Amino acid sequence: MSVGFAVRAGAFVLAVGAIALLPRFISDFRALQLGTVAIFFIALLGLNILTGHAGQISLGHGAFMGIGGYTTAVLTSDFGGLSWEMNDLATVPIAGLVAGVVGFLFGFPALRLAGVYLALATFALAVALPSLARSQKLAGITGGSEGIILPRLPPTGDWLYYVCWSFALPMFVLAWLIVRGRLGRAFRAVRESEIAAVSSGISLPLYKTVAFGISAFYAGVAGALLAIPTTAIFPDTYPVALSIILLTGVVVGGLGSLAGMAIGALFIQFIQTDGPQWLQAVLDRVGVDINETAPGVPSVLYGLLLLAVLLTARSGVAGLLARGVSVLTNRIYHRPIKRQATPSRREA
Amino acid sequence: MALLELDSVTRRFGGVVALDSVSLAIGEGEIAGLIGPNGAGKTTAFNVVTRLYAPDGGRLSFAGRDLLRVKPHRIVGLGIARTFQNVELFRRMTVLDNVLVGAHSRTGFGGEKEARAEALETLSYLDLAHLARRPATGLPFGTLKRVELARALVSRPRLLLLDEPAGGLNHEEVEELKGLIRRIRQDFSVTVFLVEHHMALVMSVSDRVHVLNFGRKIAEGTPAEVRENPAVVEAYLGA
Repeated sequence: MSVGFAVRAGAFVLAVGAIALLPRFISDFRALQLGTVAIFFIALLGLNILTGHAGQISLGHGAFMGIGGYTTAVLTSDFGGLSWEMNDLATVPIAGLVAGVVGFLFGFPALRLAGVYLALATFALAVALPSLARSQKLAGITGGSEGIILPRLPPTGDWLYYVCWSFALPMFVLAWLIVRGRLGRAFRAVRESEIAAVSSGISLPLYKTVAFGISAFYAGVAGALLAIPTTAIFPDTYPVALSIILLTGVVVGGLGSLAGMAIGALFIQFIQTDGPQWLQAVLDRVGVDINETAPGVPSVLYGLLLLAVLLTARSGVAGLLARGVSVLTNRIYHRPIKRQATPSRREA
Repeated sequence: MALLELDSVTRRFGGVVALDSVSLAIGEGEIAGLIGPNGAGKTTAFNVVTRLYAPDGGRLSFAGRDLLRVKPHRIVGLGIARTFQNVELFRRMTVLDNVLVGAHSRTGFGGEKEARAEALETLSYLDLAHLARRPATGLPFGTLKRVELARALVSRPRLLLLDEPAGGLNHEEVEELKGLIRRIRQDFSVTVFLVEHHMALVMSVSDRVHVLNFGRKIAEGTPAEVRENPAVVEAYLGA
């Protein structure tokens, strides 16, 4: 066990403890918000595997969340001819798998695209999903614009908090195992140089579609969990903007950093809802009034902060923190591997 | 029987014939050189052999297998590893991870420990072990070339394709490289096929040299024979 591993494992155990105890100290409303943070955290973990590690951009992950959400809605409700009426939590993994399969299949056309073109192709998914859900032809499954009512009554904040974090933490560990192993390394090789990856035996079609599949699985689970507190889902429960917000969350948290996704999720959840008040509280001290309740202020603040992150920390908040920490831990992490005592063959 | 055989291989890019019915054979255990003026088709030949380019005509075989039926990512598993003219490393990955990717074709899931041991061993063979945890980006060009060589060697190839291994190296490094190529053939019992502009290097390490000019093969032989060949002299000095 390396020192780096012990530090990470220790930090993880502390984080789990803090997450378990936190609801004792906060209001039920805050717990509800932090439960939603766990949902975004899951979605960002998946998107980061795809974009941060495999280097494939997606502006369509809101659509995979939508597929997960609709799967859960269809399986739990007594709507239409298909009344499975399953337990909603039991449908979450199924929702993940359905979204994962769609994501995997979407990976095939995506193979021919890169960069801006891939961004647009995935964006098309995000644009198409609400319209598809609304369409008359699919209304028998999706409920059209009236949506689907879920059987569960609005849950308490604590309930949602614990449920969502119970999904999020194992999925974080899973993502970590994927990223640090052979699969994650192959993903990064694809990101860094496709030509060298192929020449090293990595099949681009296989690894790109698998990356899309894994990341859509995460989005599907997140979308299913998001359906539960909303108690009913409509085409606009998963709007186009959601896909863009997810990508900004990954960038703010730090491309490639899994723990950074918690920061990205907090950013997504709180900047628009609470950010303006926080900013006003600071500005009050210098006597500036930004009229924080005016419409548009949250979006402008979101935009400005995103810009600030892009300009000051290209590797996200996680990258910024890591740079600070590395000054302290450089000697531990980057100690050279001891040269072998026996002379190398070169000198022999 | 030859280890690698190209039989009338042709490859065009638009109107340019990069390889014009090129045939050549490389025997097991040989160090073979491929030379020719700029644009002669040398790198194209490597890209065809590693299946990055599909040829427009001709046949390719490796150890008796038809390479045209092999997918590009399976080439390294068959035993053909390569380096690139301008170095194709995974820059934001560590040196060790770069080499571990090279072991990808040989190790399945669960072979991680073994792969790491072999990667480290290969790194120390090339005197790179102390850089294992460093990201590839930022290392000097000559070092990057060695890392690339380590990544190719860790796949335990039967045939090693080196695309301008001396490119960008200084005089001393080229001298070192000569010895290294010979030692690698010995220690890894590998056949070496190299594209090179550095004449002194090719002529001193190669058993046989093949010469391309404008996509056509114009000569083949021992270094001494090739040096005397009038067609080769003309290609290099101009008519």
